[in-house]
Amino acid sequence: MESIKIEGSPKTPTVEFDKDGGVLAIKGRSIPENSIDFYKPLIGWIDAYALQPKEETVIHMQLEYFNTSSSKCILDVFKKLENIKKAGKTVRVKWHYEEDDEDMLEAGEDYDAIIDLDFEMIKEEEF
Amino acid sequence: MTEIQEIFDLYDSMERKNIMLSFKGDMSTDLLTSILQLIENKLDRFGESPKVKKRMFNILVECLQNLHHHIDIPRNINSENTPSIIVMVAKNVTGYSIITGNFIFEDNADVLKSRLEEINAMSKDEIKQLYKSVLADGKMSEKGGGGLGMIDIARRSGEKLDFGFVPFENGSSFFSLNVKVKQD
Repeated sequence: MESIKIEGSPKTPTVEFDKDGGVLAIKGRSIPENSIDFYKPLIGWIDAYALQPKEETVIHMQLEYFNTSSSKCILDVFKKLENIKKAGKTVRVKWHYEEDDEDMLEAGEDYDAIIDLDFEMIKEEEF
Repeated sequence: MTEIQEIFDLYDSMERKNIMLSFKGDMSTDLLTSILQLIENKLDRFGESPKVKKRMFNILVECLQNLHHHIDIPRNINSENTPSIIVMVAKNVTGYSIITGNFIFEDNADVLKSRLEEINAMSKDEIKQLYKSVLADGKMSEKGGGGLGMIDIARRSGEKLDFGFVPFENGSSFFSLNVKVKQD
């Protein structure tokens, strides 16, 4: 499989998947009307990566906004990554949020409570 | 009353209610994008705090996408025309109101009504727990929402949802929702 870069749009995030470095980054806004269309390929790539994952995989989530349609898809992304952890590898989630955005911090904490991955909440001044 | 007078009266009534934006017509993806952009720019111009801006934007996204996905078309309403929706954003003393209205079949209205009443009876913490359990159950509607929209709106608003149904002809109702977003 290849590394992947999808440029963001006003409704969809920038996605960078560096398979050699084991780093996945999702940044920006995720508010498409139909998020399944957007996330389906990404979930496919994670499945492919999961066949030969790095010892350590790091996921950077740096979202400004996401809608409820995206929230289930993001959960699916984390569930796929959970499988990599179950196979004995290390998977770290770095959940970035802007310092005034308590709602985004809470959203990260929600996922942390649902998903069996190591979450780190990273406060930033501004994206 | 002359038609010209009516136009002014309509404007004047909106002005008195501090309506920042009002739209009645067909919902579309382009309209949704434009309304979001307009409100985002307006809140920037008001110098609104990032927290309130984000909250407004998030709630508006959910409200507009609800209109986009869940509108029911009453049979024989004005023949071949698709029914209109209404969206308004108003400024008031304590913050903002996001107001929407759309047609819905009575069967769907009953389901929606009991769901909204259920949410309104919950404390903030219960709403948070409900959001988490609906998110975690893994079910997803074909459009991806999976029933999180209204819970998310209530959670972010922090206020009770103000809503109502006005019976319309042919088994449909007009559903109105007024979501309040407080300034800190």
